Amino acid sequence: MENQAAKELLYKMADDALIIGHRNSEWTGIGPMLEEDISFSSMAQDKIGHSWALFKILNKLGENEPDIVAFTRNAEQFHNCQMVEFPIGEYNFSLVRHFFFDLAEYHRYEMLEDSSLGDLAQLARKIKGEIKYHVLHAKTWMKNLGNSTEEAVSRLQGSLNELYPMALGMFEPSPFEDQIVSDGIFGGESELMSKWRSSVMEIIDQTQLELNIDGDWNPLYGGRSGVHTEHLQPLLDEMSEVVRTDPAAEW
Amino acid sequence: MVDPGTIDPKILDILQEVKDPEIPTISLLDLGVITEVRIGENEQVRVEMTPTFVGCPAMDYMKRDVENKLEQNGYSDFEVNVSLEKPWTTNNITERGKKALKEHGLAPPPHLEKIVDIDILENVKCPYCESDNTELQTPFGPTLCRSMHFCHSCKQAFEQFKPL
Ligand SMILES: [Zn+2]
Repeated sequence: MENQAAKELLYKMADDALIIGHRNSEWTGIGPMLEEDISFSSMAQDKIGHSWALFKILNKLGENEPDIVAFTRNAEQFHNCQMVEFPIGEYNFSLVRHFFFDLAEYHRYEMLEDSSLGDLAQLARKIKGEIKYHVLHAKTWMKNLGNSTEEAVSRLQGSLNELYPMALGMFEPSPFEDQIVSDGIFGGESELMSKWRSSVMEIIDQTQLELNIDGDWNPLYGGRSGVHTEHLQPLLDEMSEVVRTDPAAEW
Repeated sequence: MVDPGTIDPKILDILQEVKDPEIPTISLLDLGVITEVRIGENEQVRVEMTPTFVGCPAMDYMKRDVENKLEQNGYSDFEVNVSLEKPWTTNNITERGKKALKEHGLAPPPHLEKIVDIDILENVKCPYCESDNTELQTPFGPTLCRSMHFCHSCKQAFEQFKPL
């Protein structure tokens, strides 16, 4: 059942990208500055494109067409981590989420560049180049705001503390963890998490922010197996509403 | 960049007429989105294409454009295929392509070495006045391919076709 391990990985990656893409597109028109408005919209478009490319690989492995998979499943059939489904909140919440998420994505795609699943390896090499800009954006703003006014620093600090346990949910181990590693498809969540933690700390250490990564954190698990907050279903309803009212809407 | 090899140069001339839908001064050949043109079995024309960005919304449109152009020029047996086999980078843009970007008011991308860092987006040469007294505003622009900058010399905002 090699496919099953690959599918689990592809679904959670695709769902993460799809959901955070739709969340971040909510900043369109309301960003704190025009540049940030454009950045979040542009990154959202990238993410939705990435989810589509992943759904296409799933389609080749025997799953339904991308638009069916994206717009007709219910919340309990989604495998995104819970972090990405929360409403956009204040700008500092969305920024810290973007920082945690994109650093993880970057390392995930980097690890997948030589995946034994050829289509995924090819896609990873391409996407890694794009995510560099997302990471660049996140790091720049974390460093800017993390070294600015007392108020900005304290707001960011609040979001860091709130989001860190949610972010750990990105690395919820899969039931296929051993298999996916031994099949050479992916190096595994725990290796990914350790790369991610060093990259996170490298930036935090250049700011006035603090994060005790060895603290007693309680990771927000569940998303990978279809357990979600009350925020996901309304978002999915909204997404498929757009498709129903405008079947030609392009993503 | 497409290696002209042994293909009939007429096909390349025809394809040269297919332009980017967002930047009509540059052809898809010069942009590097068409990665290969060859003649397959039974004289079939085979065109390989690859998206600039994975989420590029214009990819299907560009593919249809290439198909239509071939059809209009009397080719009936052709296949246009989109894949990531030869992933696009801005290094694939030809010299003629870079000039075409500039004509459109876009700063052409610098040749990209391995590492993308913030400085590759800093002090981009202004396409209007050639000054490098410019500042990055955001690595994202109105389309996925662009970053936004401001020129302190001529006080104009401009966009760069960003290196990927
Ligand atoms: Zn200027």
